[in-house]
Amino acid sequence: MIVFALRRFLGFAATLLVAAAVIFWLLDLLPGDPAQFILGINATPESVERLRVQLGLDVPAHQRFFDWIWGMLGGDFGLSYTQRAPVGELIWNRLGVTLPLALLAMLVSVLVGLPVGILAARRRGKALDTAVMLLAQTGIAIPGFWFGMLLTLLFAVTLRWLPTGGFIPWQEDPAAAMRGLILPGLALALPQASILARVMRTALVDVTGQDYIRTARAKGMTMGEAVWRHGVRNALLPVLTILGLQFAFLIAGTIIVENVFYLPGLGRLIFTAISERDLVLVRGATMILVVAITATMLLTDLTYALVDPRLRQGSGA
Amino acid sequence: MRRFLAHPSLMVGLCGALAFLLLGLTSLVWTPFPIDQIDIGRRFLGPSAEHWLGTDNLGRDMASLVMAGTWTSFLVAAIAVFIGMGIGVPLGLAAVIWGGAVEWLVLRLSDFIFAFPAVIVAILITTLAGPGSINAIVAIGIFNIPVFARVARGGALSIAKLDFVAAARLTGLGNAMIAWRHLLPNIMSLLIVQGTIQMSLGILSEAGLSYIALGTQAPDTSLGLMLREAQGMFLVHPWLTLVPGSAIVLIVMALNLAGDGLRDAIDPRLRQSRSNVLA
Amino acid sequence: MDKITKATALALALSTALASAAWAQPTEVRIGVALEPPTLDPTAGAAEAIDIVVYQNVFEGLTRIDETGAVQPGLAESWTISEDGLTYRFKLHDGVTFHDGSTFDAEDVKFTFDRIVAEDSVNAHREFFEPISTLTVVDPLTVEITLERPIGRFLFDLGRGDAVIVAPESAADNANQPIGTGPFAFVQWDKGSRVILEAYSPYWGEPVHLSRATYVFIGDTATLTNALLAGDVDGTNNFGQEALGVFEGNPQFTILAGTTEGETILGTNNRKPPFDNPKVRQAMAHALDRKAIIDGATYGYGTPIGSAFAPHNPYYVDLTETYPHDVEAAKRLLAEAGYPEGFTATLKLPPLAYAKLSGQIIASQFAEVGIKLELINVEFAQWLEDVYTNKDFDLTIISHVEPFDIGNYTNPDYYFGYDNPEFQALIDTLNGTTDEAERKELAIEAQTILAKDAVNGYLFQLPQTGVWNSKLTGMWKDSPIEGLVLRDIRWTE
Repeated sequence: MIVFALRRFLGFAATLLVAAAVIFWLLDLLPGDPAQFILGINATPESVERLRVQLGLDVPAHQRFFDWIWGMLGGDFGLSYTQRAPVGELIWNRLGVTLPLALLAMLVSVLVGLPVGILAARRRGKALDTAVMLLAQTGIAIPGFWFGMLLTLLFAVTLRWLPTGGFIPWQEDPAAAMRGLILPGLALALPQASILARVMRTALVDVTGQDYIRTARAKGMTMGEAVWRHGVRNALLPVLTILGLQFAFLIAGTIIVENVFYLPGLGRLIFTAISERDLVLVRGATMILVVAITATMLLTDLTYALVDPRLRQGSGA
Repeated sequence: MRRFLAHPSLMVGLCGALAFLLLGLTSLVWTPFPIDQIDIGRRFLGPSAEHWLGTDNLGRDMASLVMAGTWTSFLVAAIAVFIGMGIGVPLGLAAVIWGGAVEWLVLRLSDFIFAFPAVIVAILITTLAGPGSINAIVAIGIFNIPVFARVARGGALSIAKLDFVAAARLTGLGNAMIAWRHLLPNIMSLLIVQGTIQMSLGILSEAGLSYIALGTQAPDTSLGLMLREAQGMFLVHPWLTLVPGSAIVLIVMALNLAGDGLRDAIDPRLRQSRSNVLA
Repeated sequence: MDKITKATALALALSTALASAAWAQPTEVRIGVALEPPTLDPTAGAAEAIDIVVYQNVFEGLTRIDETGAVQPGLAESWTISEDGLTYRFKLHDGVTFHDGSTFDAEDVKFTFDRIVAEDSVNAHREFFEPISTLTVVDPLTVEITLERPIGRFLFDLGRGDAVIVAPESAADNANQPIGTGPFAFVQWDKGSRVILEAYSPYWGEPVHLSRATYVFIGDTATLTNALLAGDVDGTNNFGQEALGVFEGNPQFTILAGTTEGETILGTNNRKPPFDNPKVRQAMAHALDRKAIIDGATYGYGTPIGSAFAPHNPYYVDLTETYPHDVEAAKRLLAEAGYPEGFTATLKLPPLAYAKLSGQIIASQFAEVGIKLELINVEFAQWLEDVYTNKDFDLTIISHVEPFDIGNYTNPDYYFGYDNPEFQALIDTLNGTTDEAERKELAIEAQTILAKDAVNGYLFQLPQTGVWNSKLTGMWKDSPIEGLVLRDIRWTE
């Protein structure tokens, strides 16, 4: 297990280094000049040139790359071009929205998706299965921004139970902050829960055909007991894969929901930064996301190995 | 064929998906009106004999737009899935069957692609190459690769340890053949389910990219772009969002139903287990 | 530690204030605006979003521009101009303090303008103030500015967001912690979410009605609609015209339809064939149907323009009939220019709703006279690089949102590449003229030349359509300068 973990950890570090190089190179290719963007269409070329020098854009690319890596090792992500504030701080503030939101959405999708999936698998082919799966199908099929808006219309505009969006910082009013995350959390959770339900059902239906279930049944267990004791545990493998993927998605992929609910999340920060050519901010934030996602996947893999000990030897050999 | 017919959801899904596909294909040769024909004077018309689904904010014929938009959405998602499957599945299977360094490499590669937040990279790619459907395909397709690689590996891992694979190895079957004959068929159901999920996600991703103005660009159209353009007017002209919105929901549902049905229909183990139940 | 306690105390104060204010006579306003500013320093960036939040609210200049676009005294209570128009003597207000408590005096004025014209200045409009040859501090409340050459609209330029007065102690931090002399002091900025301003009680001028103003950043029209309907925001300065129907006829809301300084044009690359041929440009002008464009892109709220000048400006002259919509005339001119079959060109569009809509409509109108347009959508940063910096384009659509930007036409290196010595001389004369009647005459002549030359396709003046809670008054209907001035806004009843 230790060897396995070590190997994975080395891979983790290697991934990060290559990722840093790719991010830097990709961003340097982007057309558009940050200085010109800041100063707009009426600025003189001289003003733009002066700003380029101030932003350090006149320094050769390779030197900027090493400065960046070196800075990050010391925890310094640089200063945002457009916002003139430390990138680390900007990102940290956004994580206060994005992380709770992602966790909330995960929680809701697991709490709803897994039981529904198990239920549907148990009642396979029955009316309940059909109804639940149809619902799940619809849940996957609705574009997020559309669903988010329908939620707002119902709960915020008509019923006025919850705000239409926005975010009150935690330190100011935790209850208000939480209220602000409910609708976006639901909007994010719906498709995730639907996917989870489907995957759980598929996985369970798969294992019910396996020999060990039949053996268990032969030993006198009811189908329910057999599925619960043996099936769910085995079905957890694909479900874990999906959960890892979902968390990775939720941490960065919530731009659309953030837009609909005007939340100050990480996704929107990066999106704006890309369009404003705030390269320092984009690469810092992307790098942090890469670290977060890679770490999540490392954890998923380690959990995999714990759930199914056979995998350790497989990868460790 | 009989066993396909025995699955009502499969038939509904397949027929639905095919109907939309046909609609999209038709738009290549014929639409009731040219989709770039703008006439401000006739905008916001309701459905009528002339304009079956009414007209949009620029006076374009909605039925024509839906047809053309369906085609774009299909095309984007399908190509993206093919990119993902074509590269991802062989990688995943190779990882399981060869193990060791190959597995390490495949995992690193898949981790590596995965390590990048998909939406961010999609935005970067579309920023780099200019917004549009082709770039959306590439951006969505790249991220389908590790999805399929991991699902293929995850599914094949548990099967590779089963007795019949070891037995096949004893009979002298090569690695590639084992992967082809024993692993692939056994993870097919997982792949198909994942394929339909990715297909529907592809259509939705295109819509999402369109929402942040990086997907399909006017004067081309896609269902996502139509929905996005009409979103602001939702309370004034709800019809304009309902049409493309329902089209997306229906297509995605049809695809998923078809996928689920196919899965039930072609998985030999499942058929067997069902006959057991019946017996 | 100290910082944390302060923040907690502030938070407590805020929440109690919020809770009680809900029932008492409201003195707070929450305004939804589409774009979040990148920084809050109006002297180091061109983004309009900066001025929307801070101009005349947090920061003030020597002069200020009022709702009609006229120059009013600001931090300078009065001034005299020498006969030759070169020397301006400003008498500053007494008893003005910055929000950090420091006193405003002539040294701050000197610091501000030294900073604008400095070698390493990043002011977007350094060139407006470069003609300042000397700035002398006569006494703490008197400043004398001498110009190298007369500038007709110098007092207006002093009223721009680029020229607000900043203090040497705080200027460096204004990007994130703006400190000015205005009626509202900056409280906090939750990045990505909102900016909170609070009335500054030691304000030197007339006290304002609002105690607090919160700017909430909502980019999506549908979301903004919902936020307005749900009462989560009290108004917005500019709401997407496509969805105004939601609020029309609703007594809870007032729609303020006004104009801005934005002349929306079909930018034409005058260097490049076939657009270097005046006949081609005139043909394109004939091919444009402004009414359809305005109806389609602004839902009828835009005002047609025939030249590069704002209709609400006192010098404006209506030139929209110079080349009326006439498909036959357009075809004839194209034939005369040697393009009887028309031609193919690209239209590069920035990611702005009005540009995308106008672009599609124009493409369809041009198709009628044989000009086939390929639409290329680009991001704004790339648009700046391609169109503005590298001049790599045929046609584009953009709104020129600064007051008096007709001066851009004197620069042959400007992106549309208009090089007309006669016009350049005319604007030089105009800039050097201070007599109102003469200035008007010259301005009309300048507009006419541009219209006749059909330098660009002149489409419409960008409208501003505010939606506000009907109990609010004092908002500006028009926007003669970039900003959202809170000074007169208050709740009635």
